[in-house]
Amino acid sequence: MENLLTILISLLAIIALVQLVRIFELATKLKGQQEIEISDKENHYNGLALLIVGFGFVLFVAYSFKLWGHLILPESASLHGIQIKLLWDTTMYLILFVFFITQPLLFWFSYKYRGKKNNKALYQTHNNKLEIIWTSIPAVVLTALVVFGLKTWNNVMVPDTSNAMVMEVYAMQFNWTARYSGEDNKLGDANYTLIGGINTLGVDINDSASSDDIITREIHLPVDEQVLMKFRSQDVIHSAYMPHLGVQMNCVPGMSTQFAFTPIKTTSEMRKELKNEEFDYVLLCNKICGSAHYNMQIKVIIETKQEYLEWMSQQDNFNTLISR
Amino acid sequence: MSNQDHHHEETFISKYIFSLDHKMIAKQFLLTGMFMGIIGVIMSAFFRLQLAWPDEGFPILETFLGKWAPDGVMDPNIYLALVTIHGTIMVFFVLTAGLSGTFSNLLIPLQIGARDMASGFMNMLSYWFFFLSSLVMIISLFVSSGPAAAGWTIYPPLSALPQAMPGSGLGMTLWLVSMSLFIVSALLGGLNYIVTIVNLRTKGMSMTRMPLTMWAFFVTAILGTLSFPVLLSACLLLIFDRSFGTAFYLSDIMIQGEILTQTGGSPILFQHLFWFLGHPEVYIILLPALGITSEVVSTNSRKPIFGYKAMVGSILAIAFLSFIVWGHHMFMTGMNPFLGSVFTFTTLLIAIPSAVKVFNYLTTLWRANIQFTPAMLFSIGLVSTFISGGLTGLILGDAALDINVHDTYFVVAHFHIVMGLSAIFGMFAGVYHWFPKMYGRMMNKSLGYAHFWITFISAYGVFYPMHFLGLAGVPRRYYSNTAFPMFEGLVEINELISVFAILGVVAQLIFFFNFFYSIFRGRQSSQNPWRSNTLEWTTPVERIHGNWPGELPTVHRWAYDYSKPGMDEDFVIQTTPLKDGEEEGH
Ligand code: HEM
Ligand SMILES: [Cu+2]
Ligand SMILES: [Cu+2]
Repeated sequence: MENLLTILISLLAIIALVQLVRIFELATKLKGQQEIEISDKENHYNGLALLIVGFGFVLFVAYSFKLWGHLILPESASLHGIQIKLLWDTTMYLILFVFFITQPLLFWFSYKYRGKKNNKALYQTHNNKLEIIWTSIPAVVLTALVVFGLKTWNNVMVPDTSNAMVMEVYAMQFNWTARYSGEDNKLGDANYTLIGGINTLGVDINDSASSDDIITREIHLPVDEQVLMKFRSQDVIHSAYMPHLGVQMNCVPGMSTQFAFTPIKTTSEMRKELKNEEFDYVLLCNKICGSAHYNMQIKVIIETKQEYLEWMSQQDNFNTLISR
Repeated sequence: MSNQDHHHEETFISKYIFSLDHKMIAKQFLLTGMFMGIIGVIMSAFFRLQLAWPDEGFPILETFLGKWAPDGVMDPNIYLALVTIHGTIMVFFVLTAGLSGTFSNLLIPLQIGARDMASGFMNMLSYWFFFLSSLVMIISLFVSSGPAAAGWTIYPPLSALPQAMPGSGLGMTLWLVSMSLFIVSALLGGLNYIVTIVNLRTKGMSMTRMPLTMWAFFVTAILGTLSFPVLLSACLLLIFDRSFGTAFYLSDIMIQGEILTQTGGSPILFQHLFWFLGHPEVYIILLPALGITSEVVSTNSRKPIFGYKAMVGSILAIAFLSFIVWGHHMFMTGMNPFLGSVFTFTTLLIAIPSAVKVFNYLTTLWRANIQFTPAMLFSIGLVSTFISGGLTGLILGDAALDINVHDTYFVVAHFHIVMGLSAIFGMFAGVYHWFPKMYGRMMNKSLGYAHFWITFISAYGVFYPMHFLGLAGVPRRYYSNTAFPMFEGLVEINELISVFAILGVVAQLIFFFNFFYSIFRGRQSSQNPWRSNTLEWTTPVERIHGNWPGELPTVHRWAYDYSKPGMDEDFVIQTTPLKDGEEEGH
């Protein structure tokens, strides 16, 4: 019944609209105006609207950084983040510069050169000098940007990791597990065929490097120390993303990936900075992986070396775990 | 042999269904594309409801989604399915087939002065493969395990293993079948477009006299024929992995407690194959829109397009570069950092021809006499979104910067603005501009204005704020943001986006109403309503088989002689011979 009524009302509305448009069209016909020609009035109002809406948009973009700026992630809590920030700011200023020139020009020209009956446009086909200039300028600017970008990328992705603490983050639908390499700073071999029972990561018992490995459900990292994080996945592709630390890397089954970084702010320092006592770092999944993709997370705690060692001493190593 | 001599009797079926006439096939593409568009856009409204009000129950969701939205609250799996099908439909069905299929078919023979496509039969097949493909995609919405849900990029192993998610069952099989049919359609169409443009240009229509629309469609067709086969192979290998136990993309997997036997494959291989199509695909979508815009902007500015040669050069440069940048979608896959450097370099290069295009559009508007038809408004909208979206590409294309925004809402904002909005605007511009050529009637102008203004404002209203979600670290393809305290402050901005999204979706009703109303009731069009130079406006309003009643037209000049000094009118049709001593523009 209700549905029928909805359908009826919609039908009536459509018919009413059709009639309305017809009346409208008849009226323009009576006024003797050619429907297809755009009148000066229409050109004027649309041009004006473009000017107002266009400049409104451009101004809003400027204002939005004030309005929503606080939503943006705080300054990176890891060392490489400082370098990236420099590149980010440079690129961002460049983008905004171009944006604030081209968009206003577009809307200004639209208004300024709105059509009028007796106007005639300029016949102008090309201008080689101008075109060479505005091809070369982007070329030069982009070359600089590419060089800067590649330098940063290489510094971030290919750092010296000879003294880094090695650990592993293991992904599966829909949770994360951490494995620390222990005193030898060497992860024991692992293989998906060995997964079973308590050995959820498939660590090879026979590899001597595995006996001191430590498996945890939280990630703890000492501040100011470089960590080389390795990633594996058990089932589908996941992606380990730590937004505050500026770290992201896919976890791909059958493949080992890695990311090296140095956290520089402890959790409690970050809490103070954000004036939020509940704040915690988090590692979340950033590659679609199934129904609970939106809730695949593990807590990350960055603390002083002392706190870290204390926490570590309370964890069981792999040997103890297996023999239990 | 000219076609007007033998008026063979046309039945309803040969005229409207299995038509060989390019103009009818264009309309078939357009209507099918519009139908798919309605589905895709309604889906986006649904998941925007979920994202803004995650705990609220919406009866409308239960009505449409049934058991997948108990009490009107969406299930996470169906959220992913909706996002996946929305993306697939928008990218392939609406903006590839719907946009390129419609306007390549309609305009190529008309603008180069040909009676029809090189092969009308292949052209018909192209449409019917597309139709079948759409049908299969729609059927996949009704299978009990749900449609494909691994994202429109369908990365294996997620898409390869039915155990991984319900959407990777029958739904994914149908997705792959549908896409394979789609690719056949795209190839049949593309080859036809290329051959037609190369061989059937009328007398005087040299390549350098072609309108920019023709250049855009020509290059688009080349892109498609070179890259779609790679996606087809990627899909076939995936079908093998799914059904015949091969291991192209699978290795070392344990899922749901089961150890799979496949070893030696690589999930990353799929990504290389996928994006080898996927990036050119972005330009397969965008170039036709830019081509349409060039035509519309020049006509309605009453001014030649500025820098014709540079425009052609940029199209070619963009097309060439688009084949060597695919890796920018894979910076975070653990690829060798050196490879990342190469792709950063090639990607940022694309900014140069793109900037040239923008400057040329701006200069075309300078000292113009702009006629604000709805098509012109949408074209100006396109230039605006192309700038806004293109600029953020400088961030995403720079590997070092991508680390922190890859796969976040920043990406969603970027590609919707630069590809989604620009192409949709281009498509609307095309429909408003060439509607008279398709139906012999005019669309209502005032409704067109209302449609543009609401759409333009809500489009930025939806996608501009999404940049901030991305900068706040919100990943894409998240069913809900409620699982993380760090996203608590984002409720309001999410609601704002959804309000604009719903407004934008509803505004499309104006367009659909206008479209169908005008087919039957619109004012009769004159032969050349926009006072345009190109050949399509020399054909009669009645749209006959073979396009021109007598001889094919002969071309004497380029397409952009608007407001040329010394001429009686502010336009000079391409068939007008040069006057004594007149110089041809270029
Ligand atoms: C009414 C207008 C639209 C709205 C409100 C909308 C909204 C969205 C949102 C919010 C997402 C991301 C969801 C997520 O990642 O969880 C999305 C995904 C997507 N949209 Fe749209 N969209 C619209 C129109 C379009 C258009 C015109 C295109 C054409 C290119 C498009 C193509 C896509 C694609 C390719 C995806 C990615 C799907 C995936 O992640 O697999 N959308 N859309
Ligand atoms: Cu995951
Ligand atoms: Cu790309």
